[in-house]
Amino acid sequence: MKHKLFTQALLLACWLLTSVAAHAQLAIEITGAGANRIPVAIARFDGESTLPAGVSEVVRRDLERSGLFSLVETGPQPVGADSIPDLANFRIRGADAMLVGSVAPIDGKRFEVRFRLFDTQRQTELGALALRMSSTQHRATGHRVADFVYEKLTGLPGVFSTRIAYVVKTGKRYQLQIADADGENPQTALASREPIISPAWSPDGSKLAYVSFEAKKPVVYIHSLATGLRSVVANFKGSNSAPAWSPDGERLAVVLTKDGQSQLYTVNADGSGVRRIASSSGIDTEPAWSRDGDWIYFTSDRGGSPQLYRVAPDGSNLQRISFSGSYNVTPRPSPDNRSLAFVTRNNGRFQVAVMDLASRQVTILTDTERDESPSFAPNGRMILYATEIGGRGVLAAVSSDGRVKQKLSVQAADVREPAWGPLPR
Amino acid sequence: MRKLLAVPALLSALLAGCGSTPMSSDQAGASVEDRSATSTVQTPPVQTVTPAGDGGSAARMAELTNPDSPLSKRSVYFDFDSFVLRPEFQPLAEVHARFLLANPDVRMLIQGNADERGSREYNLALGQKRADALRRGLTLQGVPEDQIESVSLGEEKPRCVDASEDCWAENRRADMLYSGEF
Repeated sequence: MKHKLFTQALLLACWLLTSVAAHAQLAIEITGAGANRIPVAIARFDGESTLPAGVSEVVRRDLERSGLFSLVETGPQPVGADSIPDLANFRIRGADAMLVGSVAPIDGKRFEVRFRLFDTQRQTELGALALRMSSTQHRATGHRVADFVYEKLTGLPGVFSTRIAYVVKTGKRYQLQIADADGENPQTALASREPIISPAWSPDGSKLAYVSFEAKKPVVYIHSLATGLRSVVANFKGSNSAPAWSPDGERLAVVLTKDGQSQLYTVNADGSGVRRIASSSGIDTEPAWSRDGDWIYFTSDRGGSPQLYRVAPDGSNLQRISFSGSYNVTPRPSPDNRSLAFVTRNNGRFQVAVMDLASRQVTILTDTERDESPSFAPNGRMILYATEIGGRGVLAAVSSDGRVKQKLSVQAADVREPAWGPLPR
Repeated sequence: MRKLLAVPALLSALLAGCGSTPMSSDQAGASVEDRSATSTVQTPPVQTVTPAGDGGSAARMAELTNPDSPLSKRSVYFDFDSFVLRPEFQPLAEVHARFLLANPDVRMLIQGNADERGSREYNLALGQKRADALRRGLTLQGVPEDQIESVSLGEEKPRCVDASEDCWAENRRADMLYSGEF
């Protein structure tokens, strides 16, 4: 009897835990796709049925989710990397490109994945690669294959192997999480009963800087993801917030109130060498370094309303960037330094927009109303941001041309403060 | 800490028993840290009455939480897009300033807040302006600068969470906390 009760309790615990695990996963929903999607045929890889899960299925899901590709059905028959596929046939079926591959064991534990990409129209090979993996690395390997296909067909590096950081709020509990770019494999880096905001990836992807309120005030920390060890970057009298890494990872721009109201400073990653870089009679905040290191973009209300500005990291050459509208915040330069993503208030709606820095032309990208915290993918193609749908915090992504749209949500929790990590090195 | 770390281990063991693994092993996991608040604003620092003759440090702290004392009133509210101490809160600022002047060893933390609309970091800066306005209201009465720290919680700790003007007004606020409460 006692044993039976224990079994029932265990089963109940199992049910609760698996449902919690399922809820903690970011679910991605595609709500808009590119206008001219590239039709690709991704055949099942020869030999992948011996793995716990297939590699080619990961590739298919990645490419489809990007909104830039449409999948041409290949049938259940695998096509190996050494076979010569009937490219003319797949051309007739609408495919512009075809991927074939083989998975073969090297020893008891490791496998070699070889694959080739073909142009079906010219009937030429676009490239081939071999990767090694363990039997449980089908997802990581699939992302790398998808990155290869994406780069060969679009000319831009793929971001399927990157990670994203975000904050999940469940009741009064806050978790800083890191997941793969497809929302899989979520890991909690920090759990707290006090808010966590403004996570920022170090350029090498090994650390996150963020603001935590666990000391009853905002303090900036750096958190090493491999070790879980943290250090304080800025804990001065007053508030410490808005960390942004320099492109070389050696300094951070931060906002401190130690000398009055919120102002911009830079500080070494170990917390030393604090230097003020701008001073204004208003608020200066939300710094973001351009990838070339030439500028620090920021929000300031020195002119009466919050607008976008930039300044050289040594404090010289201050310029105002935005002139239309009464609320333009959170400037985030694109990886190619040519455009700026930001949030603008437009008839009472807060929306993600991009500004072309050469022409200063602004395009609103979203149709949501409570947008915050835009973050560029490292290839500049997508912008991840936080918004609210149905009264709940969700993440959304929009392509920099506004066409591809995705929603990423966690059931029964608020998700906010996204930051897209760098390309893996 | 050791006890906390045992919980995820137990969860993993249970999940393994359920035939489901929530995390694939193709990535090194980041380790979990737990930061729990060590004290909360709601906890009164001292509840006992001190015998007469010791200067009354416990008694004076008890006064801060006595609902009949004006010192128990700790919140100051601000108008929309405004960072000026409203005249109606001037007497409250004076009461707290007198207390700080009479008790130079007691420190105050002022936490400014903002409503939820717009950027979190900009709202953090707006909350700081409210905390600073209240701090100025106290230092103008002669309270030394280093006795008060003003910080911001931005829109992160709303007292009210509905999307309505009444609610937003409730969150445009600065709160005064004394030593032992933060």
